[in-house]
Amino acid sequence: MVAPKRDVLVTGIGLLSSLGEGVEAHREALASAGAPRLDGSSFAPYTVHPLVAVDWSAQIPKKGDQRQMETWQKIGVYAAGLALADAAVPADEATRAGVDMIVAAGGGERDTTVDALVLARAREAGDNGARMNATLSSELRPTLFLAQLSNLLAGNISIVHKVTGSSRTFMGEEGAGISALAVAQARIAAGQSDICLVGSAYNAERKDLLLNYEIAGMLRSGPFAPVFERIADGGEPGLVTGSVGAFLVLEPAEHAEARGARAYARLTRVEGDRGRRDAAALEKRLSRLVEAAGGLDADLVVSGATGLADATRVERDVLAAKAPKAELRAAGERLGHSFETQFIAATALAALDLAGGGHARALVTTVGHSDAEGVAALEAVSNGEAAR
Amino acid sequence: MSQASDLDFAGRPLVAVTGVGVVSSLGQGVEANWDALTAGRSGIHRINRFATDELRTTIAGTVDFIDVGPHVSTNLSFAMAEAAATEAIGMAGLPRDDFAGPLFLAAPPVELEWTSRFELDKLPGDAREEAGYDRLIELARQNRSDEVYEITRFSRIAEKLSDRLGTRGLPVTLSTACASGASAIQLGLEAIRRGDAERALVMGTDGSVTAEALIRFSLLSALSTQNEVPEKASKPFSKDRDGFVMAEGSGALVLESLASARARGATVLAIVAGVGEKADDFHRTRSKPDGSPIIATIRAGLADAGLSPQDIGYINAHGTSTPENDKMEAQGLAAVFGEALARVPISSNKSMIGHTLTAAGAIEAVFSVLTIQRGVLPPTINYNNPDPAIPLDTVPNTARKAEVNAVLSNSFGFGGQNVSLVIGRDPRA
Repeated sequence: MVAPKRDVLVTGIGLLSSLGEGVEAHREALASAGAPRLDGSSFAPYTVHPLVAVDWSAQIPKKGDQRQMETWQKIGVYAAGLALADAAVPADEATRAGVDMIVAAGGGERDTTVDALVLARAREAGDNGARMNATLSSELRPTLFLAQLSNLLAGNISIVHKVTGSSRTFMGEEGAGISALAVAQARIAAGQSDICLVGSAYNAERKDLLLNYEIAGMLRSGPFAPVFERIADGGEPGLVTGSVGAFLVLEPAEHAEARGARAYARLTRVEGDRGRRDAAALEKRLSRLVEAAGGLDADLVVSGATGLADATRVERDVLAAKAPKAELRAAGERLGHSFETQFIAATALAALDLAGGGHARALVTTVGHSDAEGVAALEAVSNGEAAR
Repeated sequence: MSQASDLDFAGRPLVAVTGVGVVSSLGQGVEANWDALTAGRSGIHRINRFATDELRTTIAGTVDFIDVGPHVSTNLSFAMAEAAATEAIGMAGLPRDDFAGPLFLAAPPVELEWTSRFELDKLPGDAREEAGYDRLIELARQNRSDEVYEITRFSRIAEKLSDRLGTRGLPVTLSTACASGASAIQLGLEAIRRGDAERALVMGTDGSVTAEALIRFSLLSALSTQNEVPEKASKPFSKDRDGFVMAEGSGALVLESLASARARGATVLAIVAGVGEKADDFHRTRSKPDGSPIIATIRAGLADAGLSPQDIGYINAHGTSTPENDKMEAQGLAAVFGEALARVPISSNKSMIGHTLTAAGAIEAVFSVLTIQRGVLPPTINYNNPDPAIPLDTVPNTARKAEVNAVLSNSFGFGGQNVSLVIGRDPRA
């Protein structure tokens, strides 16, 4: 009845971050020796992992397209282009029309100048909202709305890279990235899709978003510390954000073989869940996810931990108990935390490591900053399987 | 064990609709909405939730009868979603706090809202005087608030629904603009076909009519400015249509494998026979001039259902009342249906409830289910000045009785999002 599941391979990786762009710039991202690239001054007292300087034209050739996007969308469209090129998916419309797409998205940049103007004018006495209406009507650029709409990251990927097989945008911080990868993997395994572009983008260099996380009291303003060392940090919040674009091309083994595509790794399982966040409930849920994903056999864990003390402590303890043989690395160490993008970026790093022969079986974990947990399992592909 | 009759033409599990729920500007619940819809009543009215001075559009289909205190989009979106979901789950005969299946929720993108920014700006604390984000951040450091923070989280509505209704796993919150509700149904359908779930709660909700949202759509010239008689502003397929009318609402459906529905003796309201999707790569707000993505979407929906155009008895149009959409939708349908299109009634619920944006695809799917179940086609109201360029049987102004075996329901959105659902009668009925 239900057809046997197909193997799902990672055949393309597109990464753009503080470390640079492309696969080579990120191969050593999990090495503990490397130092992160940080910007502690632009958004002081907060530190961010700033995006590397990018020549957008390399993946977004038309200036007109670039003008329609703010940085968040450009990061995503650029990383998507890198992934498609890396997977050698031909650029002709006929091929790209058969590529499915799932994007995990937040929202786009606000016009902070216009917002400041609205705030200033609203201080005048007796305003019922008319001043805000007048200011927004006259000052907002019409196209800014489209640069802000969550699903327009995917919309711009369709326009720039001609990916039109399907287009779905998931929202909701870390959980969106977990679900995007889970649904993409499940659709391919079940024969509902033959090739899927899945990914996300996050722009950390935005005061509108820093405001949100400061309202929640999550942002770290003290000196930088490695992610897992922030657990014992005397109450200093642990979140250090980073600008990251991460896209993967997934396809079934038959499809990859037929077009001569090489694989980084096999994505065998993606699991997600959510629930109460007290330590006992989180520990139980995360343990179940790690066990379901085959934790005991893993020799590498790429964690998407936020560095927020309580959840990161639970995650460390669960991994020590359930994946005891694994080397533990935090994706956020070099990339920063990237919310919607974190799980997919961590999965990309794990696939890169497996392809380089570093390890045989990897787990990817993400415990969301407020909600949602996800675990992915990857295996190295053997030499007979057209490994990278 | 499932039987052959529980499978579709391609050997996949048939997916039944066993419960529906709806909230719109016409009222709360299936009966209130169906009564108004088949009576040709409009829910569009003048906005009184916030000041409309200086706005080009001052009308909308807001939902004002659910009290959520001071308006916050997330809170209203949740309240409507909870009402619609609870109705759907109750109708399906399932426990209201232990749904035990996944949740796919179409919800509007959220941000900190202006009320919160204004309140932040007034908070006490040691901060620079100059208005702007630097000041707000400095004040936030001294006035942290989980409650305000929750407003900014995209996944919050789904989390609260999941806790309240007992859905399982990590809920999916999605946006494909004005196709979102249909995309939620598509994701649930696929999960059940894969065998990943026996049932799924699929829904859309949108309570995001704010001054800024109206301004943003106005700046794109998307909204009707026919403010004088609010209930007459939304006039899909009319010659003098000039834009859509923003509206709020929620639609929810319980999807279930037919085998599972049969095993527990549930009433099958309809089946989701198929879904088609095709993205447009032409422009951020406009369709490809040749209509090829819309055409491909409709064809894919029919193919997925194993049906041909002559099997479709009624089309629930996207029908936004914008000059562009209605023309492109009619052209796309004509390309697929040919001359037979003249014989297929097509109406737009948006003529009465306005454009409920993120929720539209789910609400209109609920109405499509009711159309099949109750044998009545809701009308396209305000159809007094037909656009001669798109001759259609729009079920003008008055509801019509008709036995329908299959409905095509279209949803098209900004960003090139196109989804067509095919909803059919229970094959055993």
